[in-house]
Amino acid sequence: MGALRDCQVDARQTEDGTPLPPRASSIIELLFPFFFQKREKKSRGEKMLVVRKKMLGQSLLIRPAVSVLRSYSSSAKQMTVRDALNSALDEEMSADQKVFLMGEEVGEYQGAYKISKGLLEKYGPERVLDTPITEAGFAGIAVGAAYHGLKPVVEFMTFNFSMQAIDHIINSAAKSNYMSAGQMSVPIVFRGPNGAAAGVGAQHSQCYAAWYASCPGLKVLTPYSSEDARGLLKAAIRDPDPVVFLENELLYGESFSVSDEVLDSSFCLPIGKAKIERVGRDVTITAFSKMVGHALKAAEILEKDGIDAEVINLRSIRPLDRSTINASVRKTNRLITVEEGFPQHGVGAEICASVVEESFAYLDAPVERIAGADVPMPYAANLERLAVPQVEDIVRAAKRACYRSVPLAAAA
Amino acid sequence: MALSYLRSSSSRSVNLLKPLSSSLPLRRPISTDTTPITVETSVPFTSHQCDAPSRSVETNPKELLTFFRDMALMRRMEIAADSLYKAKFIRGFCHLYDGQEAVAVGMEAAITKKDCIITAYRDHCTFIGRGGTLLEVFAELMGRQAGCSKGKGGSMHFYKKDSNFYGGHGIVGAQVPLGCGLAFAQKYSKDETVTFALYGDGAANQGQLFEALNISALWDLPAILVCENNHYGMGTAEWRAAKSPAYYKRGDYVPGLKVDGMDALAVKQACKFAKEHALKNGPIILEMDTYRYHGHSMSDPGSTYRTRDEISGVRQERDPIERIRKLILSHDLATEEELKDIEKEVRKEVDDTITQAKESPMPEPSKLFTNVYAKGLGVESFGADRKEVRATLP
Repeated sequence: MGALRDCQVDARQTEDGTPLPPRASSIIELLFPFFFQKREKKSRGEKMLVVRKKMLGQSLLIRPAVSVLRSYSSSAKQMTVRDALNSALDEEMSADQKVFLMGEEVGEYQGAYKISKGLLEKYGPERVLDTPITEAGFAGIAVGAAYHGLKPVVEFMTFNFSMQAIDHIINSAAKSNYMSAGQMSVPIVFRGPNGAAAGVGAQHSQCYAAWYASCPGLKVLTPYSSEDARGLLKAAIRDPDPVVFLENELLYGESFSVSDEVLDSSFCLPIGKAKIERVGRDVTITAFSKMVGHALKAAEILEKDGIDAEVINLRSIRPLDRSTINASVRKTNRLITVEEGFPQHGVGAEICASVVEESFAYLDAPVERIAGADVPMPYAANLERLAVPQVEDIVRAAKRACYRSVPLAAAA
Repeated sequence: MALSYLRSSSSRSVNLLKPLSSSLPLRRPISTDTTPITVETSVPFTSHQCDAPSRSVETNPKELLTFFRDMALMRRMEIAADSLYKAKFIRGFCHLYDGQEAVAVGMEAAITKKDCIITAYRDHCTFIGRGGTLLEVFAELMGRQAGCSKGKGGSMHFYKKDSNFYGGHGIVGAQVPLGCGLAFAQKYSKDETVTFALYGDGAANQGQLFEALNISALWDLPAILVCENNHYGMGTAEWRAAKSPAYYKRGDYVPGLKVDGMDALAVKQACKFAKEHALKNGPIILEMDTYRYHGHSMSDPGSTYRTRDEISGVRQERDPIERIRKLILSHDLATEEELKDIEKEVRKEVDDTITQAKESPMPEPSKLFTNVYAKGLGVESFGADRKEVRATLP
């Protein structure tokens, strides 16, 4: 059963693009799927889909069994996100002399979160540089180095400290190519943990995805799994534009299976493309970073209630993969956006606006937003729990979108 | 010797001699003559944590004439920009450099185009010094296609990467860490070149400057921080903004040199000294004591926080172009007539270029969406009404 939760799987589809039914949760269901098909209300457009699926019937439903057997027999390697990032940095530094790493404690301390472990030893102090605690200074120095043709990777111990350097990220890096009409490209990566950790309080828990992603000239990436971490960091380092790479401290220790393809040093993921982590029919849930894990857990719970959720791992906040999101909403007709950050002017707000603009006629329910609470992050464990989205929040919202929840009480 | 005798004769005799002189190459040797001349700087250098360079500067007629011409060109260009701004051909910000020309030309004389220069928004003359053309300047100021940033940058965003001129920055003080970053890249690539990061007395109090200086000193970066001290940060005099206006000393453990920034030869000597120092010992600060005749920008008359007497006093006593003119005349390298001819020639060049620049068209509307990224990945971008205007970034 563990293999079934394999995050490595791509959107499974038949040749004509109709998504396959969700993974079976028991052997009986696997062998006799037809008896377990749920009967739900279908909206217009979906009925055609169902007819086609029924026609293609048996041949489709056998396929999951085959791929399940395959994933059992192939021994997929497990890799933590930390190791994924470390290996990506190592490989890119090895491949290109111009790549260097700069930040607080990245060298002798082996990285505040051990992401840069072993790199100082391997590449020396000219390419792995410990900086003083002066974000404005060293971010500016890194951008200047990028102006002159090097490829800096700047580590912020957390993105909360990036605010000290934000002028250089926006005004010196993001806008330069435009202001110079193409003379000054800035191939820099700003990376580090973003968002809430555990009990670190208000000044150390903010999510910066929405702020950076609003700025033209920047690319903003948010990996979730180890595959994401490797592929997106490599893509970011190779990209000629400034990239803000938002990791998550709580994900560093999590293990994901990675295929041989992912482990290859030439592996790279495209920037600007979301990944459908779980194909579904009834409701679309978009998420990024740690929230993808929450969304997948919510999808499992929803499945027991007969709601088949499609989970999209955004991977890239800027450019935002509007076409994947809209295509999904056009299929499911319902949308929940999930993010850790503050709700106002957040990523979910942009996704909602995009869907309303592009796919209004396809929406059967209002778009639901799940986000961090609209308060600075509290310290007490119970309050912190209330301030960060939980799996049950996503489940509740999905049920609301599917008209399954208790009718809303009128506000007092 | 014979030459100087001919030139010192009366104007009438010069006119009589003119037809002769035009067939004889009397003028050529002046502008290409590289016979060394030694000149003393106006004042000695004041140093901090280092030994000051000598007051005696080696130069030659060619260099002095070049200084004269280049500074006259810069002066004329800035004055013409003033008129264009008042005639509304230039919009937004326009920060003029007239009075400070000696810093731009003196620096160029000491370095190569492989050394980097980065400055803030008072960048028109620095750009010219780096090899930018008048047309690129005026067209950019007027927002036309022929501008150095194709009309998309404006006055504060001139760049010339092929001569290692990195702008052109609007955020006060930001260019200093960027400049130290350029020096970092130069050291990383083992180029044996240096970076001059220019900033004003207003920017000298910025925290990021000290952060960058600390890192540059720690890592021995070949960074030269040049404070163009024109004594006013916008409307605030230096003594009102800095507890210690001895900017050349503010580096503490980093050596510094105070230089008469109105003396092009002193600037040249200081920059030469600084380059040698930076390549061996890491960062150094140069404080150029200079002055701007215009206000901070075109919206500032420049006379509410300083007296007109002060401005005209500096113009009379310390003007950089007049200093070079006196030097040229006292060394008999050219006549007053010839120098005036150069100024007339420069004026004509500026006027012709402005006419040419006015003919350059504004950028195509599609250019709104170009250069957002170096690699646009086929992403969509939007105009104000996204249902009306969309573009795919290449």
